[in-house]
Amino acid sequence: MKRVFPILAILTAVLLSYAMYQGLVVAPTEKTMGDVQRIFYYHVPSAWTAFLLFAINFVASVIYLFRRNPKLDAVALVSAEVGVVFCTVVLVTGPLWARPVWGIWWTWDIRLTSTLVLWLIYVSYLMLRRFSTSGQTPVLAAALAIFGALDVPLVYFSIWYFRTQHPQPVIGGGGSIDPRMLHVLLINWLAFMCFAALVFWSRYRAEMLQREVEEMQSLEALLEPRGAL
Amino acid sequence: MSFVSSITAATLAKDIRLEWRSKDAINSMLFFALLVVVVFSFSFDPIAEESRQIAGGLIWVAFLFAAVVALNQTWARELRNQVLDAYRVSPAPANSLFLAKALGNFLFVAILEALMTPLFIVFYKLRALGPAWQLIPIAALGTWALVVNGTFFAAMSLRTRAREIMLPLLLFPISLPSILAMVRATTAILTGEESAKFWIVLLVAYDLVFTTGCLLLFETVLQAE
Amino acid sequence: MTFLYAAYAATWVIHIVYLGTVLSRYTKVRKEFDELKRKKI
Repeated sequence: MKRVFPILAILTAVLLSYAMYQGLVVAPTEKTMGDVQRIFYYHVPSAWTAFLLFAINFVASVIYLFRRNPKLDAVALVSAEVGVVFCTVVLVTGPLWARPVWGIWWTWDIRLTSTLVLWLIYVSYLMLRRFSTSGQTPVLAAALAIFGALDVPLVYFSIWYFRTQHPQPVIGGGGSIDPRMLHVLLINWLAFMCFAALVFWSRYRAEMLQREVEEMQSLEALLEPRGAL
Repeated sequence: MSFVSSITAATLAKDIRLEWRSKDAINSMLFFALLVVVVFSFSFDPIAEESRQIAGGLIWVAFLFAAVVALNQTWARELRNQVLDAYRVSPAPANSLFLAKALGNFLFVAILEALMTPLFIVFYKLRALGPAWQLIPIAALGTWALVVNGTFFAAMSLRTRAREIMLPLLLFPISLPSILAMVRATTAILTGEESAKFWIVLLVAYDLVFTTGCLLLFETVLQAE
Repeated sequence: MTFLYAAYAATWVIHIVYLGTVLSRYTKVRKEFDELKRKKI
């Protein structure tokens, strides 16, 4: 286990560098937006990765409510955290793309807006986990995660309709995509997925170690001889 | 009457009776409602031509404030007297407690809305240009959307540090689609510029989804809390 | 285009900061773990 990680880390670094090269140099320049459009190769894969992580959070939370396996709870926590990180990347690269193209930092573009709401929902999930003093925080968090996931289609539909009533500039444009660009996009997505897997794994190991330490500490406190108190 | 609904009715009646006797919450909330309307009128010029465009949003933000204040004390009485523990060991289904609380909150917030609305109409000289009767289902559906989730999250926040801030932190993000719907629907009716139909349907869908979710998960949350 | 480089840089800054926090928490917990293991003996 321990030796695999550095190897995978190096492989991922190579893949990411290759993907960056593809995105910055090899991919064709977009007609209307110019080089700024290359942000697309970071913005979109980060979004897809975040969505995947949130989906993992949902599944882990549902199964946790039935099985109550602490490892599942750790998976839920870690996937939410890493998901929020990737979501933050989407929300930062989005405006950096919008500003030079549209002259405005923010647009109530359906993708950006739904991503913002998603980010808010999962940050609130992380806040509940941090502030809860209940011994059964995992159960409460799982319930919240399910609510968050149920909300996602509603968020999407409401903003979609709102946008068709009040059209806004669309980041990334609609319509079909040049196959060469699609190729570069997929390479970047693969690279970021590998990266996300590594981050997930590291955070998961750290979380499991922390839980073990907490257990050992409470055991120590319980077994402490009364004279010491 | 079935078991669930008779317990729900009994719990709801108890809450109403307790509230009526002390009139604590009602009095403070009445004054709060008036203050909110006045503060908003000072902050957002009511005479301007565009006030009809933003009135929908203003009203719902004001209702949201009122709802959060009401929701925060949902479980306060139960906590003070260890009622929740009694409920956990009783054979009464957890859902009846939830429904009673949610309905009680709904009633409470609805009363507040009924008090604030005439004030808003007067201060903002509001007149609906669209089908005004639709405002009733919009208000009902929107209020229920806030209250059903709010009651649930208030229960989840009971064992958290900074309990009072936790409720809005959890409620607002999840409520965003319903808030968008309430505001757009109300604005549609006030300005008469578009149909509120889609938003009403969205609110119905939202209410169905989350009422079901709350009813399914409340037992778990009550036991876990 | 500076916005392009800013976006790519920002992405990595965010990831590095996060990994930094994970690492620092891990080393702290690791130290506690080793402490506790030592005490057991």
